[in-house]
Amino acid sequence: MSKKITVGPVGYMPQSAPSMGVELSPEGKALLYGNIVEEEEAMRDAAKALLTMANPTIFPGPQVLWDWKDDVAEKSAAILELASEIPNCKIIPMPDYRPKYPKIDAEAEINPNHPNLTILHNKIKAAVFIGVHCHYANLSLRMIRAGTDCYTIAMCAFMGHEEAMASIRDVHAEDVLRFRDILVQVRNELGIEWTAKMPPENPSLPKEDWGTLTPADYGEYRSLLMSKKGEHIADVE
Amino acid sequence: MSLNKTLVSMEYLLKEAPREKHFITGAQAMAEAVKRASVDMAIAYPITPQSEVMHLVGDIYAQGHIKEYYRAEEELGTMSAIAGAARAGVRLFTATSGPGLLRGLEAIVSWPGHRVPCVLGVLTRVVNAPLSIQPDNIEMAYLLHSGVVLLHAENQQDTFDMTLAAFAITEKVDVYIPVAVATEGFFVTHAKGYVDMTSEELAFNEPDPYAAPVPAMDNEVPPARIQRDAPVQKSNFMSYLIHSVWQQEIWDSNKRAMKYIYQYLGGPIEVQNPDADVFVLASGCAAAQAREAHRYAQEEELSVGFIKVRAIRPFPKEEIRAALKNAKKVIIPEHNIIGWLATEVKAAIPNSGIVVDGPRVYGGMTLPVELIMEQVYMALGMKSETLQA
Repeated sequence: MSKKITVGPVGYMPQSAPSMGVELSPEGKALLYGNIVEEEEAMRDAAKALLTMANPTIFPGPQVLWDWKDDVAEKSAAILELASEIPNCKIIPMPDYRPKYPKIDAEAEINPNHPNLTILHNKIKAAVFIGVHCHYANLSLRMIRAGTDCYTIAMCAFMGHEEAMASIRDVHAEDVLRFRDILVQVRNELGIEWTAKMPPENPSLPKEDWGTLTPADYGEYRSLLMSKKGEHIADVE
Repeated sequence: MSLNKTLVSMEYLLKEAPREKHFITGAQAMAEAVKRASVDMAIAYPITPQSEVMHLVGDIYAQGHIKEYYRAEEELGTMSAIAGAARAGVRLFTATSGPGLLRGLEAIVSWPGHRVPCVLGVLTRVVNAPLSIQPDNIEMAYLLHSGVVLLHAENQQDTFDMTLAAFAITEKVDVYIPVAVATEGFFVTHAKGYVDMTSEELAFNEPDPYAAPVPAMDNEVPPARIQRDAPVQKSNFMSYLIHSVWQQEIWDSNKRAMKYIYQYLGGPIEVQNPDADVFVLASGCAAAQAREAHRYAQEEELSVGFIKVRAIRPFPKEEIRAALKNAKKVIIPEHNIIGWLATEVKAAIPNSGIVVDGPRVYGGMTLPVELIMEQVYMALGMKSETLQA
């Protein structure tokens, strides 16, 4: 297979994958290095990257970080199961899309304005994007391809992403679990021994005491606090 | 919707639903499409005489086909209000023309970057002094580099079909930028033609604001309070690189619209007599005259082909390159002085020397078929009877 899209760094001013002739895969198919392939082929290549490259990381986006619609909790649980099967996997969230001022805590989060900083700081060589809105995922994936040597995997709820080395489309919880199963299979084929366990707590985030936590503790992130479904908040600013 | 309608897919609405023939103006055709599109909100500054479109849309709002109609104070306000309403995830329509389009242009060129899905009717007329209300499509040139998807309707039927299709294309997750449907003022908007229309009891499925590449701003449902355009709002702190890849993303989205132009409209170009030596290539109502010139040429058994360009953005470079592969000349009649379509074609083909710049009419002038035929005869090395003679 000739690779239309390759692991970077491709340079200062990246050419976009669509302008290089890469088209989104049709339903039931996936993209691998810009080529349309069977889903399983893309999943196997992505799994191999996560298992063999340094510091594999999952970047969950807002759509899987908040319990905002029926299928999200199930999908998020499946992502944790996937993470637990990847040796030494980290989870670094992309909680929102605002530029971080004065500078990002690259160990705590990733941001679409400068995703390369988190990738480079943590020496991440393989990463999964999931639950990031497509517009911001495309921007991030292109910048990562421009300035880093990270293998990117897009697990998209919609049509996928041309910029990723491996792009799986129409991803629901069961697809995440299928990817987990394939990853375990590839791991066994590679002879990598691993007992499933959850990724470590993010060391950059302060311990939260849920008993005493108030909205003020969230500082500039206060506006992002969400009520749970059915919860009525009487105390507002 | 306040009226009980049967909601259907755009695929069904455009390709399968039974149709009835009506004899209506282009402005009516655009409004009738809006009537069938489950539009949540229409916003306009409907100054007379841009066209009747937004007046007619006001009528269908009064009849209950549209949930809300907001009359803005002027076009920059109109287009800004469209951008604001889009944040709420509603389906939007507006129309304007000529100076109104240019007055709203600052907001319009920001729509794609803000990922605003909406449909914009552009009913073209003169924009330059001396002021005039006559048809001339020079204003479309200002949209070419805005990032919006731009379709150009030949006649009343195209206006109906393209406007309907535009509502589906603009909301595709991999597109999600505005779609403008342009057609010539007066020649199409004020003239009647036959339009095969679907029943007004059928309407396009309502939008799903969460099927979007950006967060929908619904303050009741998380993750709502994530600011949708945060990097834009905090532009001092954004990187140059995100702005550049953001611009790329808009043009990539524009490019992705092409597959839906194939799906809903049968493709970005129509080709007649593909093996001809000389082609007449045109868009909008110039295509109607070019089609007639093609018919004349067929009657005279001349080797003349016809290409109608439906999509101006994304511009069908590959399709035009393939269609003109063996052409010796291509004549490009236009309703503007600068010849933006000829420039686009020259940039798309390797042998731009085959392009005949014109004939062009502007300032409200009509485009006689004889003017095109004169160029056809010259291209074929034949003696022509000039209009001046």
